[in-house]
Amino acid sequence: MAERSDPGTPATPIVDVVDERLGRQSWYQRLMVRPDSGALAGVVLVFLFFTFAAGDTGMFASDGILSWMTVTAQLMIIGSGAALLMIGGEFDLSVGSMIGFSGMMIAIPTIYFDVPIGVSVVLAFVVAMAIGALNGYIIVRTRLPSFIVTLASLYILRGLTIALSILFTNRTIVSGLKEYSDDSFVASLFSAKLFPGFFQWLADNGIILKLPNGAPAVPGIPMLIVWAFALAVVGHVVLTRTRIGNWIFASGGDANAARNVGVPVSAVKISLFMATAFCATVFAACQVFEFGSAAADRGLLKEFEAIIAAVIGGCLLTGGYGSVIGACLGALIFGVVQQGILFAGAPSDWFQVFLGAMLLIAVLFNSSIRRRVTGER
Amino acid sequence: MATAMQAVSPREEARPEGWGRPLIEVRELTKHFGPVVALAGVSLTVSAGEVHCLLGDNGAGKSTLIKTLSGVHKPTGGDFVVDGKPVTFSSPREALDAGIATVFQDLAMIPLLSITRNFFMGREPVKRVGPLSFMDMDFANKVARQEMRRIGIDVRDPEQAVGTLSGGERQCVAIARAVYFGAKVLILDEPTSALGVAQTSMVLKFIRQVRAKGLGVIFITHNVRHAYAVGDRFTILNRGRTLGTYAKTEIGLDELQTKMAGDKELQDLSEELGGTV
Repeated sequence: MAERSDPGTPATPIVDVVDERLGRQSWYQRLMVRPDSGALAGVVLVFLFFTFAAGDTGMFASDGILSWMTVTAQLMIIGSGAALLMIGGEFDLSVGSMIGFSGMMIAIPTIYFDVPIGVSVVLAFVVAMAIGALNGYIIVRTRLPSFIVTLASLYILRGLTIALSILFTNRTIVSGLKEYSDDSFVASLFSAKLFPGFFQWLADNGIILKLPNGAPAVPGIPMLIVWAFALAVVGHVVLTRTRIGNWIFASGGDANAARNVGVPVSAVKISLFMATAFCATVFAACQVFEFGSAAADRGLLKEFEAIIAAVIGGCLLTGGYGSVIGACLGALIFGVVQQGILFAGAPSDWFQVFLGAMLLIAVLFNSSIRRRVTGER
Repeated sequence: MATAMQAVSPREEARPEGWGRPLIEVRELTKHFGPVVALAGVSLTVSAGEVHCLLGDNGAGKSTLIKTLSGVHKPTGGDFVVDGKPVTFSSPREALDAGIATVFQDLAMIPLLSITRNFFMGREPVKRVGPLSFMDMDFANKVARQEMRRIGIDVRDPEQAVGTLSGGERQCVAIARAVYFGAKVLILDEPTSALGVAQTSMVLKFIRQVRAKGLGVIFITHNVRHAYAVGDRFTILNRGRTLGTYAKTEIGLDELQTKMAGDKELQDLSEELGGTV
């Protein structure tokens, strides 16, 4: 059931003729101008490496997979938002602080002020997205770099989270949320494990590991992973298949040119800041309901991890180019390496060395892709 | 419409309805920026099916005039009539909706985006599936490929980045886009100033094709030769005023050059250099 509304109808019927003078591009050439090809190569390399380095350590058993998929999914959630925003030509450094803030927004009203859990969660989303909108509004209004504006909100939000937590509860770690959230729909929306019966069956039949008490090592697919894939798919479809996606590319590619042809650049950018705030709140909600507690220092440095995932995934720092799938592959590299180093028994300090090197290689690779795409020599 | 016309020989072609009708009329237009007078009284008429060249040296007010016509600036005084109706535009979008499309020299295209995405930027074709609306990429790609072929550009793939096109091709794509979306008046801001000889002739040839469709074209340049190659009428701007409008039959290339140069010293300098400037 597809209906068409075309802004302009062509003067002549469209005849799709292939010009015989033009050679077909090989699949390799096509792959090389995709923004996410570098990240795909990285994923292959990382999996190959850890298959040899940690293949016999249980890293690729069910509970091993769950451990690196959890890290990956967390980063996919905020990385998808960061990638869209970066393609739109802006950064958000306040993502990490927003995670801490939203977590407290869910926990404190519920535990200390008897607010129903569902209301707290909705309130956390509304307030977080309002702050995101304010970030965006300041940036499009003043035309200041988003780096500075969101750096300010990084500190303001983190400070507010700590100060308000102490003011209302006299502590910076609020626990005991489980007794309010047990069996509630919102809690299961963010922390349920899907298909427990199937995983029990897998464990009973020896396909996945069984714990001594008879429960499977992996009790089900966590909602965190479901959220990660859902946000990634929505982000990818919006970016590549909708009019808004075209506006995001145009706003990041050249805001003035986009404005001249009538793209609502300001609205696009403000919406993207709201989207990153939404992603940060999903991250926070999954964490809060998983642990049953919130802490003011949650999400520390996550803004950089999100940006790293997006850059490894092929997003240009200058905007206008990149992909959500790339950012998800970047998150996968991140998750596999971070947990893989633990499985391989290497000191975890090496992870940071690897991360920095990976980032540098990705940036070099991206700028060469950019030259190829735009035909610069 | 376009292909049908090209089939008829250029001399006897049936001209589209409304040929010669004034599309834009500007009378005594002024624009002040605080104490600075950028336009001190400009008058200009652009008719359907004519290429109207706007000539003037740097600082003559060409940029201010086109930014006023395209809705970026609001005029301080004077009349601005489009299709017989007085207008005041408050944004480029409004001018665009009234059929006035401007192709800026550097801001026409985004190099990193594909030809298709650039072509439909801000006017994406939409396909509805239930409550969701998607960009109709197949339709967009087909139209982009077809329009490229019509102006004689071989694109391997309409999804290739605009950055892979040459400067002249980019200008042509920007013009084709404006025509496709129903522009009645095209304002071209120095479309040839950064181009080589072959690419310039490509753009000039395309401007002629556009005129043949019955559009009015305002062609801004400070290269008199380029102007004379395609222009029907020439308006010379100097220090924010119109010095006069001349039909091609009334004025020769040299005279036009002299008028544009305006002051004596520049003419002397030009002669000293052997008339090559």
